[in-house]
Parts: sequence; structure tokens; C-alpha cells
Amino acid sequence: MEKLLLLGDEAVAQGAIDGGMSGMYAYPGTPSTEIMEYVQKSRIAKERNIHRRWSTNEKTAMEAALGMSYAGKRAMIAMKHVGLNVAADVFINSAITGVNGGMVIAVADDPSMHSSQNEQDSRFYGKFAQIPVLEPSNQQEAYDMAYESFDLSEKFGVPVLIRLTTRLSHSRSGVKTSALKEENKITFPEDPIQFVLLPFNARKRYQILLDKQSGFKETSEESKYNIYYDGEDKSIGIITSGIAYNYLMENYPGRICPHPVLKIGQYPLPYSKVEKIDKECDKLLIIEEGYPFIEEMLRGFLDKENRVMGRLDGTLQRAGELNPNIVAAALGKVNGENIKIPEIVANRPPQFCPGCAHKDVYDALNETMKEYGSQKVFSDIGCYTLGALPPYNAIHSCVDMGASITMAKGAADAGVKHVVAVIGDSTFTHSGMTALLDAVLENSPITVVISDNSTIAMTGGQESAATGHLEKICEGVGVQSDHIRVVTPLRRYHDEIVQVLKEEIEYEGISVVIPRRECVQTAASKRKAEKAGKAKLKTV
Amino acid sequence: MKTDIILSGVGGQGILSIAATIAIAALDNELYIKQSEVHGMSQRGGAVQSHLRISNKPIASDLIPLGESDLIISVEPMEGLRYIPYLSSAGWLVTNTKPFINIDNYPDKNELMSTITSFKNHIALDADKISRELQSPRSSNIVMLGAASPFIKIPYESFEEGIKKIFGRKGEEVVRLNIDALKAGREFAEKAIHNDAG
Repeated sequence: MEKLLLLGDEAVAQGAIDGGMSGMYAYPGTPSTEIMEYVQKSRIAKERNIHRRWSTNEKTAMEAALGMSYAGKRAMIAMKHVGLNVAADVFINSAITGVNGGMVIAVADDPSMHSSQNEQDSRFYGKFAQIPVLEPSNQQEAYDMAYESFDLSEKFGVPVLIRLTTRLSHSRSGVKTSALKEENKITFPEDPIQFVLLPFNARKRYQILLDKQSGFKETSEESKYNIYYDGEDKSIGIITSGIAYNYLMENYPGRICPHPVLKIGQYPLPYSKVEKIDKECDKLLIIEEGYPFIEEMLRGFLDKENRVMGRLDGTLQRAGELNPNIVAAALGKVNGENIKIPEIVANRPPQFCPGCAHKDVYDALNETMKEYGSQKVFSDIGCYTLGALPPYNAIHSCVDMGASITMAKGAADAGVKHVVAVIGDSTFTHSGMTALLDAVLENSPITVVISDNSTIAMTGGQESAATGHLEKICEGVGVQSDHIRVVTPLRRYHDEIVQVLKEEIEYEGISVVIPRRECVQTAASKRKAEKAGKAKLKTV
Repeated sequence: MKTDIILSGVGGQGILSIAATIAIAALDNELYIKQSEVHGMSQRGGAVQSHLRISNKPIASDLIPLGESDLIISVEPMEGLRYIPYLSSAGWLVTNTKPFINIDNYPDKNELMSTITSFKNHIALDADKISRELQSPRSSNIVMLGAASPFIKIPYESFEEGIKKIFGRKGEEVVRLNIDALKAGREFAEKAIHNDAG
């Protein structure tokens, strides 16, 4: 047994590797990125040749994982919460096909939206798909749950969801590992039409999923992750899950809570344990990171007695992540006075790196758009979204991956002229290609600026599926080659870029402008790696 | 025994290498650790922080409660002040004085320094200057760690061991430079504490 210092994300990855995983599939997204990155750096993953290349998006990732499961092997998919929206189709249907080899979806939610456009709670997705959900509260549980999750998945023949939140994903602690398991061998499903969701079989498969529900409930009742801690003060019973449990216990020196505490780590909720705490206590306080998921289930529609306290009655804030102080206030504890932040401290929002190519793109675009009017530039998700902030104020939308192109098309459909979409190279291959095809089919008068820094920069410089393919993809989708223009976003080409943008914006059809210059961060780390490589050669 | 530490700076300044060195030193002393970091969007030139907790007993929360931090280590003078509400009444503010100015409304430097020195328990040093003098401009982080080390309940030698582990693969010269940086920071802090006491 080895003890490692791991992020919550890394603990999931190590647990999956040790649990006999043959493939990791993912698209980067904060706070989930480090799951795949850890597998890519793992010695065992290399020795076993575990699949560990980034997928084009979360949907393709999960479909490939389902294919690996079909072939009898164990696969994990990692993504951020909004990635599960992209993969929702295969996700919901994989619960109905069921799995052959174990399949586990690790989703990292981002309450308080540190790096996201919403704070949706993936536990709802688990309930929606009617599959078991595991929710670790610390790095050891993250490891153990990932390690055991493939067995759970194979036992019931369904996918299993592991739900993480930012503060666990990105917090490091000691983790004890278990023995490395063998990988599964290739086997095909016993039923040759298990994965054929034609209506006649889909109805049969759906009934099988419904029949499994009682088994999920029984497993939850017995789960070592659903623990009832007794307490003497039964005026309040506390139900908590995930990282919120840590914030609760922080408020009790010696880590002994005077109230009964039911800690939830596995769903569906363990009915008899919930019933027990409800019977024994006068009121219930529900403390959970994310949406009031457990609270809503317990409160019910006609809860007139108001015995259940939590985010819905104002005992806890309705939105945003929790912390020990917020939980202290909910427990009726008085937070002491703290030193205030001195008034001279100024805000320091994130901003473009010095030398970033996106800055040159926005300088040129802003100058070009002066002539055509404001609020006509749609954009997307990536570093370039910072162009919405001063001093640029250059873009007017950021909704979901790929939406810039289709929203621009919609605005053009409405009759707006000189509409522009700004999208990054990786976001384009993630979900922009089908959007571009829509625009090609109607020859929409929009200009798509694919700001190509040849990496997935926002999440730390992962390999971009677009690198080396962009012009061919645009041409293949049907954009006329003389309206696919490549420019170099550097100060000295400013006038040229403005001219190209102008020509294409005035062209009454679909056009693509590709400003291409490598991300300064990835360029710097490449130089560093080269230097290190040379130094190594010298010493040899 | 516990030490709760807030590390702060600007994205890209490398506060995580300080955290990593402390974490390795803590592991060597068989202590419990929880270290929460910021990844993603705010890393791009924005304010970043890390909560690092070490204890001889299991640690509950990954985040430090307000008013309970024993130490703020800031590699940038304004950023340390941002997390002052976390500092306990007996806690120490250990900060670099070299500003990182990437915003238009950065405060006046004299006003900033007088705010820092208004806290009784503070150590303020120009770690960039010290590391340059040591011919190791990249080691200013480790100078800061050295200056904070008297307030972390871990033997000094363990930090040296941590540096050897982290920088070992970069060669002996890099290890030596960083151990010198650690020592220079430590000496600065000890002198400051001594002068204060005297």
C-alpha cells in the first residue's frame, strides 16, 4: 500500500487506473481537466497502454467509452458539469442499453462558477438517468469510489456517475492506494441486441433498468459511504453530503458533532437511514454543495410543517458554494469579527497574457466593427471570452460550446447585417463544425473568426483536435476556399487583418477568417522543454 | 499542532511551488495535509490563492475558516491584503514588497507599504531583489518560503529536503541556489523578528 499526495481529480484517476480501467476518455474543462492529465502522466497507464488521448468533445468521449464497455473492458469518462449537457444523449441512453465492461462517468461540478457559465448539479443527471451516483467528501473516498465503481457498474450492468465539486477536485491530500487490478479481457454482450435501442428493444431495456432500481436502493442502504453518526442533541438532525460534510465537521473541535449526522456518499438516498434521522430528530438541516437536491426530495411539495431546513428556506444561501463560515451561521454559531480587507486593495480580474494573439485579433476586429455598428459580434467559450471585458468590450455572447456561429446565423436570419462569430480552434472542432454547416447550407452572410492558437489554452494547453485541419474542415463543410482567409495576428499586420476582416464582413455569404498564432503559454513551455532536452543531451 | 496558511499572488507567479515544498516537508513529518488550489480561468493574470492546512490530527475542511489562518504568504504586496480577513489575531503576514502591476488602478506604493506595516505581525521583504543578489532570479518564491518558515511548525531541515525532492531532477546547481534562497529568506525573517522583539 502506497500513500500519495493527490488532488481529488488525481485520486479519481489513480483509483480508476488501479481499478483495472482500459480507457480514459475526456474533453478538458475546469475543474475536471486533471483527471485525464494524471492518466497521461501515469507510468502504469503507459505500460498498459490505457487509452488516454483527448476526445473532440464530451459526447464523442462517452460514445467511445461505451464502445469500449461493449467490448467488455472498463472505461471512464471525465468532464466538467456542462460537458455532461453535450454528452447527455448518450449518457441517458447508456443507462438503457446498460453496459458490458464497467463504465464510470466522473463529472466535476463548479458551484460559484469559478470557471463556468452555470452551477448545475450533476446529481440531477444521475437521478434523471436512474443510475447510482457516488459523491466523495475527500480525496481518499474519491480514490476508493473510483476504484470500486467499475465493480458496481458491472454488478448492475449500468453506468455509474461520480460527482465531484471544485473544492474537492482541486484540493490535495494523502491517499492510500489499493492493489492494482487486472484489466478485463474482450467479451461481447451476452444479448446480441442489448445495445440496439429500436423501440421494441428499448422498451424491454427500459423495463430492465426500472427493475434494477430496487437493487440500487438496497446497495445504498448497505453502502459504507452512507453513514449514520448518532448524537445526543436531537433538536436537529443533519443530513449532509460531499465536501459540505467537511465544512460541518470543521465547526466542531475534536470533530464530534452533538447532533445526529447522516453523511450521504451514495445515491439513491438510503431510505431507512433517512427515515431514522427523521423519526429521531425534531427538525432536519440539509447541508449540501450545489443545488438543494436532497432537500427538495425530503421537503416535498406539501411540506407545511417546515421541518426541513436548508437552502430553500434561507437557512443556507440558495446559490453559490458553501464554506465553514456559512455552515457555522446555519448551525447558529456566531462568526467572530475579522479584519476587513483594506480599502486600497483593487480587484484583479483575469486577463489576457502579455503577447497573446487574441489581443491582436480584438484590436483589429474592434477597429473593423466601428464601421458596422456595435453588438454584432457573438463569441464562445475559451480564453478569448475575456474579450468581453474592458478594455476590449468586443464580444456580446458566451453561452455554450459552438453557439457563437449558430447565434450569429440566427441574428443574420433575423435580418442583421455584418454579423461576426469569434470562436477558438478547439471550441470549433468541439461543437462549431455542425454550426458552420448550418450556415453553409443557407449561405448565411456571417463571418466566422476562428482565433487559432493551436491549443486548448484556457484549461492549460492541451492538444487541440483542430491543429493542422482547420482550412480543410471549413472547405470540406462547404465554405468557398477564397473566403477562407488566414492571417497572422501580430501588431505589424494590423492593417492587413482589418482589411481582410472588412472584405469578408462585406461579402454577402459565409466566410471564415483564421488568425493563427500559437498560444504564448504553450510556446514558452515548448521552448522550456526543448532547452531541457538539449541540456540532457549535453550531459549524455 | 496545526498551521493554517493562505498563499496568495497573481496567476503565473507560481505560488503552487511554495505549497508543494511545504506539503512535501509536512509529509516527511508524517503530518496530515489539505491543500486547496485555484485552477482555470482566474489563473490568467488574476488574483490566485491556495489554502494549505497541516496538522498532526485529521483535517476536516479543505478551506480555512475566516480569522483562523496562522499565516499569509504573499508573493505580491497587494494580494496578501486581499486575504487579511482569514488571518487570526496572532497570525503573521509574510509578504513580498515587489508589486505586480497589470491593472490601471493599482494602489499607491507608499500607501500600500504603510497598510502592510500597520499590521504588527508582518514580515515584508523584496524577495525579487534578494533572489537577484543570489544570482537566482527564479528563486524569489523560495526566498518567500524561507521568510515564512519560522512560522510553520515543521523543522527547517525538512524544507531543505523538500527542495531537494522538488528541484532534484533539475540538477545540483538548481538545488543549491534554492537552498541558498531559502536560507536568505529565513535569515531576513529571523532578523526582523529579533529587531521587533528588541
